[in-house]
Amino acid sequence: MDMQVAKKKLGLKERYAVMTRGLDWTPSYQKMEDIYPYMAYEGIKIHDWDKWEDPFRLTMDAYWKYQSEKERKLYSVLDAYIQSNGHLNVTDARYLNTVKLFVSGISPLEYVAHRGFAHAGRQFPGPGPRVACLMQSLDEIRHAQTQIHAVSNYNKYYNGMHDFHHAHDRVWFLSVPKSFFDDAITAGPFEFMVAIGFSFEYVLTNLLFVPFVSGAAYNGDMGTMTFGFSAQSDEARHMTLGLEVIKFILQQDPANVPIVQRWIDKWTWRGYRVLTLVAMMMDYMLPKRTMSWKEAWEVYFEQNGGALFKDLARYGITIPKCTEHIALEKDHLSHQAWGTFYNYAAATNFHTWMPDADEMEWLSAKYPESYDKYYRPRMEFWREEAAKGNRFYNKTLPMLCQTCQIPLVFTEPGDPTKICYREVDYKEDKYHFCSDHCKKIFEDEPEKYVQAWMPVHQIYQGNCFPEGTDPTVEGFDPLAAVMKYYHLEFGRDNLDFEGSEDQKNFAEWRGQATKNA
Amino acid sequence: MAVAAVKEYNFPPADTVDKFHGAQLLYIGWEDHLMFCAPFAFPFPPTMRFGDILVGVLPGVYGYHPDFAQIDWAKAEWFKSGKPWQPDVEKSLAENGLKHKDVIRFRTPGLTGIKGSCS
Repeated sequence: MDMQVAKKKLGLKERYAVMTRGLDWTPSYQKMEDIYPYMAYEGIKIHDWDKWEDPFRLTMDAYWKYQSEKERKLYSVLDAYIQSNGHLNVTDARYLNTVKLFVSGISPLEYVAHRGFAHAGRQFPGPGPRVACLMQSLDEIRHAQTQIHAVSNYNKYYNGMHDFHHAHDRVWFLSVPKSFFDDAITAGPFEFMVAIGFSFEYVLTNLLFVPFVSGAAYNGDMGTMTFGFSAQSDEARHMTLGLEVIKFILQQDPANVPIVQRWIDKWTWRGYRVLTLVAMMMDYMLPKRTMSWKEAWEVYFEQNGGALFKDLARYGITIPKCTEHIALEKDHLSHQAWGTFYNYAAATNFHTWMPDADEMEWLSAKYPESYDKYYRPRMEFWREEAAKGNRFYNKTLPMLCQTCQIPLVFTEPGDPTKICYREVDYKEDKYHFCSDHCKKIFEDEPEKYVQAWMPVHQIYQGNCFPEGTDPTVEGFDPLAAVMKYYHLEFGRDNLDFEGSEDQKNFAEWRGQATKNA
Repeated sequence: MAVAAVKEYNFPPADTVDKFHGAQLLYIGWEDHLMFCAPFAFPFPPTMRFGDILVGVLPGVYGYHPDFAQIDWAKAEWFKSGKPWQPDVEKSLAENGLKHKDVIRFRTPGLTGIKGSCS
């Protein structure tokens, strides 16, 4: 009689091997370089893809199961938040501008990250990194989607978010995050992985997501907070992948080290320049602060990042030189950034304001070296003028950096009274930069950056008006035409928070919820 | 260094002077007055008289600042690409040697912004 033997269940490890590496095959009638055409041109040499150590053993079927469970939890919390008019529980209506900044500046990047990882995943000949990239690609589109869903509730009540993706592709300051990611996805797959997988996801992500999510938690925004928690386990996986990629590339060939070092230097700086938006959000936009930008930089970069680069020293990687420059800017960055948005508040999709007396005290206490000496005088002047009905609106377009596309608002390292100007002559034209680092990035690949879509120059070329606009008619108002092109309504989506429709509505609705009219 | 690319990589720059409808870009910054967060970009015809910028353009741009009314233009110090430079107000931008995307700055001695903070 035959014995019935229970079918042996695959162990986790075997299951992973079968479902991942087991799906790969060696082509017999096509050449590898035809199937993976982008593997050589960046100069990275990989000798053995099998040396790739999978940083996490997750198979696709398990992936779907985990994610759908998280999704159910997220949406049930969101529903409860929405049904109980949770938006009226945020600290004060100024907080909503953080949400506007997030959905128009950051969420569209999640979508581009989805595309970038899909592209990189397609290009890697190793099945391990290919599957890891596939999962990250799916995570990123899920993040874009859940963020948009979480924020859509605010869009029902408040201004500036109604066409966030249209804005992302056009509005002058949104070209900063947009061009950052466009730069990454137009690079080769290895540079993309170092740029986004490592420099952004590993080195800088704590300075992006932690401030937004803890900012949400401190300010009663349960929607954004819940999204943040839902994404957390994905982020942990992304960080692991980012680190594995770097180590793998560095171990494969010593010739890879200088290339990777150049990318780390470039992308740490590029990412840091995008974080300018986070710095001002932390110090100025959150009614209830979590910590200052300077403290965040010290904890998340100088301490944690310092340890990381010590660890990478054995592969021949050194901490990017730009971090010395960043250390000099940490007392100034958020103040210069908020001043910029206060200047150009007529052309943004969110409101700005001057800090009140208590908030200025907080800024003095957090920035004893810089705030009272350099920034308080101009902010008090602005506040006094606004009180007199003479609120400052700068309506002349600024000079931009060719690489990061931020206006030249940053001061010389070590001298906060002088704007930092740098320039390069390339072929027939001059190009201008905010810093030595942005200049160096340009000089490494001028052919790429001469094509930059610089919002100010595009406006002057006449490319940022609605179709059919005639800029030669008498009384033509360029700002009004540009706002129409942005799909933003002058007087509603822009200008100061004081007197805005958001301010008025929030006060009225909260009043209905807390008082007997 | 050249860009890493899979094939020939040759694209026109986005901001050549021919795209500005007869104008050329000029960037202008006012030293020690960082209340204006960045230098400005202007599309000016190369035939424009330099003095017309001082009289016709800058008041609308910088006039909000209490220091602006006190400027003595005869004493202003000018810089082009960071180096000392002397414009002739009677001459045009082109005659002053200003080309597309040049950057000039001026310093107004004695005027150092709100409460001397370079704001």
